[in-house]
Amino acid sequence: MSTTTTTPAAGTMAKPAAAGTGRIHPARRKHLTPGRLGVYALLITSAAFFLLPLYVMVATSLKPMEEIRLGNLFSLPLHATVEPWIQAWSSACTGLECRGIQVGFWNSVKIVVPSTVISIFFGALNGYALSFWRVKWAGWFFGILMFGAFVPYQVMMYPLVRSLAAVDLFGTLAGIVLIHTVFGMPVMTLLFRNYYAGVPGELFKAARIDGGGFWRIFFQLMLPMSLPIIVVAVIMQLTNIWNDFILGLVFAGRENLPMTVQLNNVINTTTGERLYNVNMAATILTSMVPLVIYLVSGRWFVRGIAAGAVKG
Amino acid sequence: MSNVTIEDLDIRLSGIDIISKLNLDVAEGEFLVLLGPSGCGKSTLLHSIAGLIDVHDGRMAIGGNDVTWADPKDRGIGMVFQSYALYPTMTVEKNMSFGPRIAGIDKAEIQKRVDRAAKMLHLTELLHRKPAQLSGGQRQRVAIGRALVRDAGVFLFDEPLSNLDAKLRSELRRELKQLHKELGATMIYVTHDQVEAMTLASRIAVMKQGKIQQIDTPGNVYARPVNMFVAGFLGAPSMNFVEGRLEAANGGVHFVSPTLRIEVTSYPFAVPPQHGASAVLGVRPEHITLSPDGTHAAGSALVSLVEPMGSNQVVWLDAQGVSLAVDADAQFTPALDRKIGFVIEPAHVSLFDKQTQERL
Repeated sequence: MSTTTTTPAAGTMAKPAAAGTGRIHPARRKHLTPGRLGVYALLITSAAFFLLPLYVMVATSLKPMEEIRLGNLFSLPLHATVEPWIQAWSSACTGLECRGIQVGFWNSVKIVVPSTVISIFFGALNGYALSFWRVKWAGWFFGILMFGAFVPYQVMMYPLVRSLAAVDLFGTLAGIVLIHTVFGMPVMTLLFRNYYAGVPGELFKAARIDGGGFWRIFFQLMLPMSLPIIVVAVIMQLTNIWNDFILGLVFAGRENLPMTVQLNNVINTTTGERLYNVNMAATILTSMVPLVIYLVSGRWFVRGIAAGAVKG
Repeated sequence: MSNVTIEDLDIRLSGIDIISKLNLDVAEGEFLVLLGPSGCGKSTLLHSIAGLIDVHDGRMAIGGNDVTWADPKDRGIGMVFQSYALYPTMTVEKNMSFGPRIAGIDKAEIQKRVDRAAKMLHLTELLHRKPAQLSGGQRQRVAIGRALVRDAGVFLFDEPLSNLDAKLRSELRRELKQLHKELGATMIYVTHDQVEAMTLASRIAVMKQGKIQQIDTPGNVYARPVNMFVAGFLGAPSMNFVEGRLEAANGGVHFVSPTLRIEVTSYPFAVPPQHGASAVLGVRPEHITLSPDGTHAAGSALVSLVEPMGSNQVVWLDAQGVSLAVDADAQFTPALDRKIGFVIEPAHVSLFDKQTQERL
């Protein structure tokens, strides 16, 4: 090595350092101006305010009943116990049965998974057909579908009960899955139609020239391209269907009552003392699924919404 | 390789006539360029040849087969789009083999075709990349490769270079010309860029409002435009137009305007000119020369602007309100706002009827 640089390492190190000093730093804003303090104070206060119920729920769920009877709602548990959680999951009474909220959990899974998959599949298919193929009366179809999204559930409840009963689907798993699929259709179709509207039409034309038919273009080209919007759709459908109460109560039938309905039963079933800790644990367990989905998928959710940019 | 025949084609989109009674013959191995301003129907015509737009009436045959109502895939065509239209979730290789795979061609044959196309277009290194990892020029080469792999008789190009920057455009233009030379395939190419049209075409069809105005070799379209639209559309700066009258006397014919007077006796008139008929003289910038001392000058005008182009310069003259562009030598520096004489070569002028704008 030459005498100017002592070692090769030093030589390579020198470069970025020189570049670093040469860079112009924008004037950094001071860390804690009074205005900033005010903003933080407001943010922390409102966060604390909204988190308070959650805190009370978690704290209560971890207390034994003796402690709850003391009435100190905001105090931390002195003898923390997970017994109420275990009880809520596996032995709380939902009416006459005492097998805990887990029955409802698995029922909900059985309802949510097929409903989500089927409604997204048909939503994507509708959106694809409406965006790329010349469907006669396409505008009318879409308009009617959208109109369906604005009609309140309650209006359709009785006719739907009668129709499902007529085809022997009332009170069955297939029945409730069908109901969720149908109710999810307008929003899913809208979501995918808008997504496909952003896909350049020339892509579809190129695939047509390459010999792709309706299904092949859908499965091999459009569906793989739809991953971002599928993630959004999954999040929407999972949380919506999981949180549903009235449809599950009416259509699922005694054997398939979803977790939300079972939770209601746990809370309304009292044999002597009201088990606040068990109720709290059961409630948290029920809301856990949507909560986890939001926490895990936040990044994806935003990415999906911003996924108009498929230009590559 | 196939020829394309179009007879009495009518295309209507949402009740509006885009193209009516259009006839076009494209010979085998020909490179036909459809040239025209936006909205002239050139892309519509191309898309209808591809089968992406239904025709209202007329007949269309590719390689002797009537394909008027055939599915795009059954027409024996390959197409390249302006926006590349590559399948974003597939690699370059999968993009190119998509069509043949659907057609059920056996793997070894597909592999052979992909390799051949990749080699021709310098894509061999990129076969396993996704379109998002390619530059604009590479993407368009993949799109061309995808068309090649289809082993089509006719290749359709819909403004394939318009999304590229100037340098890449001229590069890829050369590659396209080279490709046409090697393949000898029939190509129909839509563009609004007259340089692409002039350089690539074996014949240019200039279109306006759904009608083909003129279809001829680039040289003929440039030198003998059939009307003022074609004359003005080709060439940059475009052809100079001067309004005036024809004077026919003593066996000689002169074009006369307030600013200039030239003899056009040898002009190949379609019909013998009437004395006093109003006409428009069209002359390209390279056929006007400046004459500082005024010898042989057809007229004189003020120098209003000079645009240096490097190898040459465009001198803009103001002849009593009529603006004339002159392609002049870069060495010569005319004085601004001074009167200067100009000479017009009568052999290269075009004369048009003032009313019909048709060539006389």
